Amino acid sequence: MLTSIEHLLNWGRASSLWPLTFGLACCAIEMMGAFAGRFDLDRIGVIPRATPRQADLIIVAGRATIKIAPIVRRLWEQMPEPKYVISMGSCATCGGPFYYDNYSILKGIDAVIPVDVYVPGCPPRPEALYEGVLKLQEKIMKEPFLRRRARLVASA
Amino acid sequence: MALRTEELILNMGPQHPSTHGVLRMVVTLDGENIMDVQPDIGYLHSSVEKMMEYRTYIQNISLADRGMDYLAALANEMALLRAVETLGGIETPLRAQWLRTMFLEFQRIASHLVWLGTWGIDIGATTVFLWCFREREQVIDLFEQSTGGRLHYVYFRPGGVYEDIPEGWLQKALAFCDDFEQRLVEYHQLLTGNPIFEVRTKGIGVLPREVAINLGASGPVARASGIAFDVRKAFPYMKYAEVEFDIPVREEGDCFARYMVRMEEMRQSVRIIRQCAEKLPPGEIRAKVPITLRLPKGEVYTRTESPRGDLGIYLVSQGGETPYRVKIRAPAFSNLFALSEIMRGWKVADMIAILGSIDIVLADVDR
Repeated sequence: MLTSIEHLLNWGRASSLWPLTFGLACCAIEMMGAFAGRFDLDRIGVIPRATPRQADLIIVAGRATIKIAPIVRRLWEQMPEPKYVISMGSCATCGGPFYYDNYSILKGIDAVIPVDVYVPGCPPRPEALYEGVLKLQEKIMKEPFLRRRARLVASA
Repeated sequence: MALRTEELILNMGPQHPSTHGVLRMVVTLDGENIMDVQPDIGYLHSSVEKMMEYRTYIQNISLADRGMDYLAALANEMALLRAVETLGGIETPLRAQWLRTMFLEFQRIASHLVWLGTWGIDIGATTVFLWCFREREQVIDLFEQSTGGRLHYVYFRPGGVYEDIPEGWLQKALAFCDDFEQRLVEYHQLLTGNPIFEVRTKGIGVLPREVAINLGASGPVARASGIAFDVRKAFPYMKYAEVEFDIPVREEGDCFARYMVRMEEMRQSVRIIRQCAEKLPPGEIRAKVPITLRLPKGEVYTRTESPRGDLGIYLVSQGGETPYRVKIRAPAFSNLFALSEIMRGWKVADMIAILGSIDIVLADVDR
């Protein structure tokens, strides 16, 4: 019973992922390309929202500087639970080409927010972002959040 | 008795769907009127100029793609290579020069299309975004077939280009040109006569000619204010001296003029591409240049016309494999600082239309 309710809720969560429109650098252009006509992420329920209060996914697209890092953190904190993070591109994942000899770029966005899916590439093609979103949907479908809560209630 | 009003300081950005990246603006408002705008930049500062000092010239090309204006990667490569080739005295084969000219114009179209699409969203026309990205994907496909990249190409190398265009590419490029001219007419039908669009852009955000000159504005922003200056005409590089094209100039200096200038530039780009395809000679595409390129001791300042304006590179070499200092004169940086002049006195609802119309790319501003 719990499992099937959970499956239904997970299905609902996975098929209406609303990302925050937050582009940092070059990857944001490919993200826009993924939202536009040819790739059309709307087809799998990914509709960009302009405010973190309505979003449940943040796609960190591009290099994050040390100056922007606290703002990314605050945006993530402003999003309601459940919330997910896709790190798009090498820069957001590990610093990318800005890893060496650089004083201003954060070496990976996972230093400030927890990341669910990493999409490699410089920049990743829109297809790669698509794959990342599908992987995130797979992950959400497997999430045992109700069973986990039931176990917590039982043990308390 | 006059109504007592108080000034309100509003923080716009860094996360705002219409700031085209991570720009923060501190706006002083008196009711609906904008009293002052202070742009706060540096949220995308990636220390490219410093990093370039530790990399060889060929490695720097890939850094110029990413670290500078990422909407026009080829224009950055051209800017860097114009400095490198001028200082090193490297001759480029004819075919490579024509290819470069053609690719630069395709890049201009792709960059202006992103600008038009995102600006369309800003002022509430989502259709434009979808249409522009449809055409942009076609340009990107052409790039992908010849350079292998969608956004960052590393296609221009010292002394030429990396690879020749594949068979049948020119026909595809010309077919795109024919198609694109009709699409431009469609964009005009969608926007130019649209009363909502005209009310939101005509007479809004006027940049006077003198202010534009004093603040060092360049590119379409300056040309919309009546300054007929284009580096492609004034200091021709590659084959721009041998192709025929006009510089669109408008006198009004408002958002609508900037829009019309860019639309006309895209049409002129198509014209240049056609001439390049016609005159493209057979032959070598790359001069013999050693991989570990060493430039002679000296310094050089060169300028090129990127889609955003006058992109200058000041390069100092001490004779080693890496540059001693690279200074980038970014067009978006100068244009951004015209912003506080343009915006003063307008309503808060016009802010987005004005900001979008000057077409900034934050990577170009912050570097």
